[in-house]
Amino acid sequence: MSQRIPVRELADSFRGRASEALADDQLRTNFRVAMDSLMKKRADAFPDEDEREGLREQGNHIKARALSRLPDLLEQLEEKLTDNGVKVHWAETTEEANRIVHAIIEARQGSQVVKGKSMVSEEMEMNDYLAERGIECLESDMGEYIVQLDGEKPSHIIMPAIHKNRRQVSKLFHDKLGVDETDDVNELIQVGRRTLRTKFMEADVGVSGVNFAIAETGTLLLVENEGNGRMSTTAPPMHIAVTGIEKVVENLRDVVPLLSLLTRSALGQPITTYVNMISGPRKADELDGPEEVHLVLLDNGRTGAFADAQMRQTLNCIRCGACMNHCPVYTRVGGHTYGEVYPGPIGKIVTPHMVGLEKVPDHPSASSLCGACGEVCPVKIPIPELLQRLRQENVKSPAEQPKVKGGGAKYSRRERAIWRFWVALNTSPVFYRLFLWGATRFGRLAPKKAGPWTDNHAAPVPARKSLHDLARTHLEKGEGQP
Amino acid sequence: MSARSNILGRLRASLADTRPRPDDFDETLVTGPWQYPPQERIKRLRSLMEAVQTELHLVTSESWPAKVEALLEARGLANLLYAPGTDHGRQLAAHWQAGGAKPELLAYDRPVEAWKEDLFWKVEASLTGTVGGIAATGSLVLWPDRHEPRLMSLLPPLHIALLKASEVEDNLYTIMQRQGWSAAMPTNLLLVSGPSKTADIEQVLAYGAHGPKELVVLILEDA
Amino acid sequence: MTELFYDAAPNATRVAPERSGARDYPPKPAEITLFGTCVVDLFYPEAGLDAIRLLEREGIRVHFPQAQSCCGQPAWTSGYVNEAREVARAQLNLLDNGLPVVVPSGSCAGMFRQHYREVFADEPDTLQRVEDLAGRTFELTEFLLHVCKVQWQDLGAPTQIALHTSCSARREMNTHLHARALLGTLANVERLEHDHESECCGFGGTFSVRMPEVSGAMVLDKTRSLVESGAVEMVTADGGCLLNINGSLEKQQQPFRGRHLASFLWERVSGEVTP
Repeated sequence: MSQRIPVRELADSFRGRASEALADDQLRTNFRVAMDSLMKKRADAFPDEDEREGLREQGNHIKARALSRLPDLLEQLEEKLTDNGVKVHWAETTEEANRIVHAIIEARQGSQVVKGKSMVSEEMEMNDYLAERGIECLESDMGEYIVQLDGEKPSHIIMPAIHKNRRQVSKLFHDKLGVDETDDVNELIQVGRRTLRTKFMEADVGVSGVNFAIAETGTLLLVENEGNGRMSTTAPPMHIAVTGIEKVVENLRDVVPLLSLLTRSALGQPITTYVNMISGPRKADELDGPEEVHLVLLDNGRTGAFADAQMRQTLNCIRCGACMNHCPVYTRVGGHTYGEVYPGPIGKIVTPHMVGLEKVPDHPSASSLCGACGEVCPVKIPIPELLQRLRQENVKSPAEQPKVKGGGAKYSRRERAIWRFWVALNTSPVFYRLFLWGATRFGRLAPKKAGPWTDNHAAPVPARKSLHDLARTHLEKGEGQP
Repeated sequence: MSARSNILGRLRASLADTRPRPDDFDETLVTGPWQYPPQERIKRLRSLMEAVQTELHLVTSESWPAKVEALLEARGLANLLYAPGTDHGRQLAAHWQAGGAKPELLAYDRPVEAWKEDLFWKVEASLTGTVGGIAATGSLVLWPDRHEPRLMSLLPPLHIALLKASEVEDNLYTIMQRQGWSAAMPTNLLLVSGPSKTADIEQVLAYGAHGPKELVVLILEDA
Repeated sequence: MTELFYDAAPNATRVAPERSGARDYPPKPAEITLFGTCVVDLFYPEAGLDAIRLLEREGIRVHFPQAQSCCGQPAWTSGYVNEAREVARAQLNLLDNGLPVVVPSGSCAGMFRQHYREVFADEPDTLQRVEDLAGRTFELTEFLLHVCKVQWQDLGAPTQIALHTSCSARREMNTHLHARALLGTLANVERLEHDHESECCGFGGTFSVRMPEVSGAMVLDKTRSLVESGAVEMVTADGGCLLNINGSLEKQQQPFRGRHLASFLWERVSGEVTP
């Protein structure tokens, strides 16, 4: 397992990957079934609408308050953690974060890393970076373990292997681990348990993410159901936590509503099996726990998003995944179609700040703006509004100075000219009436195959008389008028 | 310039001429819907924990060691990890000494490094205390320390936890305030709400992912 | 802008659903302006006319300014703010006479009610007029239900229908509740739920041509669940969704069709069957 894990090559556009995904019946069934179930669980977990809305409002306020004091809170967090014996590191880029993590491991001559679930480490592509330097980095969340074993990336931020069914996992375990095939999910999990337990015992470093970093007390809070997070942060002699700078909250009590929102929105659970609050390394007289604890605070474009008051709201995200669970697009195409670490609606609005909008120019358009994501977001990120904003940034000309990193990638003189024509049409009553006149008379002569619309629809046929005509005739007659 | 000063500098520049949002934390939102009459607390805790495959028993402060013995016997387990430096550890050891063949009692009395392999593979059950319970979410609060280390509630396939009925609070906010957590957080503070589980394959719930496959809560009727 | 962010309530356009009954409704006015919308204008003009008839039946004088065109939504959702603003300004000027504006399409009403605020965010003076327009804009079913407080006698034969509501309109303005309530007053109409009723039909304006593969998959699922609902037909108060759903059904050569809610309602209360 020490060789670099090959990431499956993917066609290089959203539409291309979407077409592949849509043609895969198994994949579509896997996602539809899973998303339906997750939506139901969330709905059941919030039986009281007023309670839910009050909590969402509070969640939003807590995150907005934390962001409004972000630099101060980061300093306070660093100070408290340092007092508690945790070493804090800062990284502007993923490259820098990887260098820091590597140096920490080197200093301890570590060679085996076991990882709890961490999306930030996915952002960093830490596994590959360390593997290239001879350090094995093994995922220990069951879902992450499965996708790593198959040389894939997670397709969902909290359910990494949601795209696979039990037969596919069984075959994978059979091929890679040499165990007998089985349809029994319990047996499959026990295979993972046995394999990974050895790794937990042998690892010299545990890496984890952070759900909430509490400035008041210098505490890293992690939620999980499996116990792999606790294993990774307790069993090896060293623990390295990596997190984005937006995860800091002011007070310990602030996590009460956020925790409730997170676990209920994500999985419909009142709470996860484990809530693990870490406030320091093993004390001198303690018998277990890591001797060293490090926290790496990563920027990777977050300060860029922060600089824009509207896009700053993307930093409210607590990574629950509810937006993808409720997204009709995500449900149909799955997480890999997005081609980036963070899929789904939240991925579309956070990724541009990390990699630049020019790398993901189709993402903002891959939404019907139905609003389901914004409706369920536990911290009330107005996702559709931010998608809309990205669409604007996407089509700005250089002279209009796009404000989001990589903006303007979709600027096209031709398309702009079409919209200018549309403006002329819709702002000149004479021109508009002329258009209606033409369309109602000759519209039915239009070709039956015209552009992408007719891929899915019969060609639309304009009426013989427009409402302008019908209304004028009707109102002039005055029959129905009171 | 360091990464630290660059990051903080950019954040501060973005916040120029703004005021921090006021702290409008409303505790009624996280306490109001989660309050129970005292006699209902245990009931709620029980129903929530049973829903995630936790076994709960009502015991007395005298009878519980015998219950532990019976639980181990029923499962045919060979040993039990315990914390010799705690009150409940001493009570358990005293019961164990009083005659009859019992599963082996293993004391967590040395650093993990000294017996990692045994801890990971040989220990079959553990007994720990708790510092309280939470009715709203069906959770136990564990505050591991040098006497009762963290791995005790994680490594053994069976985890037995003692919970005093009088220490079950309504909700997380209440217990956090009442026990003054923010003033002195321990190295590790844990909420445990069932045995380890996963739904990562087809969302089928499977218990015993990496931590205990079974969680048994002994509720001490001390009120 | 930064100051605004900290002191204002979080901008939650489309996010926070308006609670039912949250809006104060005026008494029934003597006159209104009908904003027909471009899709109804060109593809479902009869539905626009039926909306006029329904309103006239309630004793309201309807104005239809001939200079009206489009609300600006296509450019707005495509990211062309300046273009959207120019078209929006033309409608804003046209509708500036203080009369209530009734719109037989949820998403276009939502444009007036919610998104003109964003379109004109940088023009404080215009924003006052935008607020004024937002306050007197009503989606058709909302207007019939809450302002006209219609009391209808259902003259149609017993039937079973499915209802589809535009996602943005439902989330911005609770149009699904209004439409359900209106249909509920019709004695011989049974509304059947369909699978994933609240899910998007895949239209999304230019989404349907920019992402035809995904949009196509969505509308296929939507039409399947509509057909399988057992309903005789589908009704909707949104022209865009109707264009999408009917276009797909026709392409699939399915006999099942949707029609505009205004036409359906007019048929039930007038006893006239529109061709």
